[in-house]
Amino acid sequence: MNDTTTLQSVKNAPHPAAARRKPVITLKEHIVEIISDSGEGAQRCGQSLGSIAARMGNGIWTVEIIPAEIRPPARSVAGASGNRIRIGAGYITNGGDETDLVIAFNEQVLLGRVRDRELKPGCTILLESMWRDNSDPKISAAYAETCDKLVAAGYKVREVPMERECLTLVNDARRGKNMFALGMLCSIYSLDLALAREQIALTFGKKAQSVVDTNVRLLDAGFQWAEDNLDFKYRIPATRSTVPQIVVNGNTALALGVLASGMEICAMYPITPATSASHYLSEVFEKVGGLVHQAEDEIAACAFAIGSSYAGKCAVTITSGPGYSLKQEGLGLAVMAEIPLVVVNVQRGGPSTGQPTKAEQGDLFAAMFGSHGDAPKVVMAASTIEDCFYSIITARKIAETFNMVVVVLTDAGLATSQQPFPRPQFSESWLAPPIDQSPVPAGAKAYDWDKATGLARRFAPGQANGMHTVTGLAHDRLSHVAYDPDVNEEGLRARSLKLAALQKTLKAPPVFGKDSGDLLVIGWGSTKGAIEETVETLNAEGLKVSSMHLRFLQPLPPGIKAAMQRFKQVMTIENNWSDSPQDEIIDENNRRYSALAMLLRARYLVDVDCWTEVRGQPIKPGTMCRVIREKLKPANNKATQS
Amino acid sequence: MNTATECLLRMVEEHHELEDYQSGVPRWCTGCGDNAILSAVQRLCRDENLRPEKTVFVSGIGCSSRFPHYMRTYGFHGIHGRALPIAEGVKMTRPDLHVFVNTGDGDCCSIGAAHWIHAVRYNMNMTLMLHDNQIYGLTKMQASPTSPLGTKSNTTPRGSYLDALNPLTVTLGVQNVSFVAQVVDWIPEVLHAVVKAAFHHKGFSFIRIIQRCPEWLPRLFEPWLHDTGRILLLHHEQGLQLSAGLAKTYPNQQLHDPSNIHRAREVASGTDPIPVGILYRNPEVPCYEETRHAGQLHTPEYVRAGLEAEFDKFTVWPQEATRPGA
Repeated sequence: MNDTTTLQSVKNAPHPAAARRKPVITLKEHIVEIISDSGEGAQRCGQSLGSIAARMGNGIWTVEIIPAEIRPPARSVAGASGNRIRIGAGYITNGGDETDLVIAFNEQVLLGRVRDRELKPGCTILLESMWRDNSDPKISAAYAETCDKLVAAGYKVREVPMERECLTLVNDARRGKNMFALGMLCSIYSLDLALAREQIALTFGKKAQSVVDTNVRLLDAGFQWAEDNLDFKYRIPATRSTVPQIVVNGNTALALGVLASGMEICAMYPITPATSASHYLSEVFEKVGGLVHQAEDEIAACAFAIGSSYAGKCAVTITSGPGYSLKQEGLGLAVMAEIPLVVVNVQRGGPSTGQPTKAEQGDLFAAMFGSHGDAPKVVMAASTIEDCFYSIITARKIAETFNMVVVVLTDAGLATSQQPFPRPQFSESWLAPPIDQSPVPAGAKAYDWDKATGLARRFAPGQANGMHTVTGLAHDRLSHVAYDPDVNEEGLRARSLKLAALQKTLKAPPVFGKDSGDLLVIGWGSTKGAIEETVETLNAEGLKVSSMHLRFLQPLPPGIKAAMQRFKQVMTIENNWSDSPQDEIIDENNRRYSALAMLLRARYLVDVDCWTEVRGQPIKPGTMCRVIREKLKPANNKATQS
Repeated sequence: MNTATECLLRMVEEHHELEDYQSGVPRWCTGCGDNAILSAVQRLCRDENLRPEKTVFVSGIGCSSRFPHYMRTYGFHGIHGRALPIAEGVKMTRPDLHVFVNTGDGDCCSIGAAHWIHAVRYNMNMTLMLHDNQIYGLTKMQASPTSPLGTKSNTTPRGSYLDALNPLTVTLGVQNVSFVAQVVDWIPEVLHAVVKAAFHHKGFSFIRIIQRCPEWLPRLFEPWLHDTGRILLLHHEQGLQLSAGLAKTYPNQQLHDPSNIHRAREVASGTDPIPVGILYRNPEVPCYEETRHAGQLHTPEYVRAGLEAEFDKFTVWPQEATRPGA
């Protein structure tokens, strides 16, 4: 797919007329990156490219490339800011493998991407050329050296005078180069220029017409420059969608889910990478009568949400790993007092401060078993952008039906990725009912636990005859503090049974691929798209691999064991830590399995293996394919039927 | 705060007696100041005819925080230090409820100190009673932030090392402070009058109640009990008004205008004599729950309209356009 020009051919630039006759190569998919220093607009260029491709009917998955610092020094290796867009002819379910084509506004940010192994060997790099003639000899030397290194490493580097070309249209090329780049990409991928102009009008719609016009001129200039000067051109066939689609990232989707769930209060404290959900929610929530409360700390945010839920409707608190740890005591209180609550944990790298901007699935056990004592909570994981939206609606309903804490896990990967999904059709059934203010029958008990399900009706303040004091202390059916051992066990039993009651309502998760075979891969959360793509790829190679993806982690849905037993081997693939059996001192007595593997082994007594990676990035389908091919090599295949 | 429907449905106002607010027999020690606070509050509820189902007492952990269990209203006995954010969530969701917070010197001034500072800033319409006995009681006698320097306790057997934190000066130093008062548990008349004034104040009313702990610090306040001159009664036509009996018993009096914050801070700094009364009151400070509630109703119609408008922003409609070269 990298049949593009090399630095060599730059020097023999094709004649404009020849360029126009260049052949158009049809591709099934391509991964494109636009990277720059922070604040140079590469993000916007990437988002616009994604939107245009989506509007044309291509499958897309976009991922933000975010430096860990707010303003990393200019031209720094770790400072890449931008966007990565996987554009496909069909539906795209994940970010894919390495990048095929990069536009970089300086050479240093490229080095970070090379170091992180994000670029496909030999891929095309369109590089801003102005640094070659920079007045600072250090910069020009660094540029020349890096260029040579990249060419020597086999990358097809094309130097593009973006700055110079933009300066013919604007005074400050820093503001505008991104639209020039977008124009180039429209030419390279044969995108509809009229649509791109529309996209610019949409993007800059709130600003003056002159701003829109300038950006359209930059777009046109970039398009024309690429038409005239690049000797390659691609086309990724698109199938126009017949239904309207929403293009948002996971955090916006979950904020929309909060809106749609009928919840009215989101209490939060700023934490990466969860905060953008609250940013968006802060902007829109009040329009429908809701509000975002930025509390003084994570504990207060949790307590505020609990108070809010207690007094009426279920509330939500949105956080990430460290904040989740801080909320644990509060969550135990909500469990004990049986107050509904939705908690979103947008997972990031851990432990401790870990890797705030990076994706990881390391909080499953914290979500399930966090808080002292036996504190049963529902744990769900969103696996797609669309799922981020619907999971919140489901979580609110479960929380209020079962008077339980429902934890929704997403991660930094989902939070910042975009994938189109069908525009939801609003349903009033998504919303919470009004706060019940009807009088309670005299003598009714605050916790009248049903013997079979543990469920009890909850009374909210305002309901006459329902007065009682909820407490985090062990309590009886009247909510009176109780130290009686039988009463203590009665409460524990009721709170535990509610999970079983919910479990009885869950459906068996479907198997993706054939219903039986050599290997079943089980995953949860954001790895779904990559795992399923891996299954398709490997099935095409003749390997008998299928997968199953879990939306509910606690309680686990039925049917998992039966499915596992139809396969010779079972493994999980997760974005969290597990010990490698290859390590010298690791054996079956001390190997720490990944969270889901440990869970499945414990519950089903099945020898579930695992493979994990914790590189701060979503696991690439190509990596998964390699791992599974290796595992299924006859020489390595020692497992027997479970 | 009654809605039209409520007014229609409740044409006859119920009257409540003290017993209507009483629940169970308090398990506090004999002579514990908490009992006096409970009596004052139950009297307030009766006098104001508060509907029990519309009244919520929120507490944290400690002797003080058993309080809600002894009220026949709604109650929330939470976790250590977090009564305030829980109460704030309640009030934000339900401005129609009367919200009270009962907390102790450990609960409020130590583990929950962050929430205390910010509760003053939020200035939500609720009444906080700081049951300040200057010792940890439930965990059996450890020094608290308000323990006087040198207090011998199980964690400070040779006397506490730090000077006591002054909850009044701290509260009066926070932006948006709107009501600060101090009382002692052994003058029930003032206790009741101050709780009443706090209840009627619109905003966050902070009452520090100096209370005796007969179990762990039985003699701490004896000098003050024996010498009524060591109580400084603050009075003002805008503050506490003294009855004849009170004026006679407590000769040490000061006219103090509760609208004067500078003077309030000076008075607050004094610890002996103990200033008692309303130190500061400013009804003009905005309440967070009112600032935040935009008045927009949360009806399915609004949610739908709001959601559809947001979907519109992110929708990619099916396109008729064809791409060049396709």
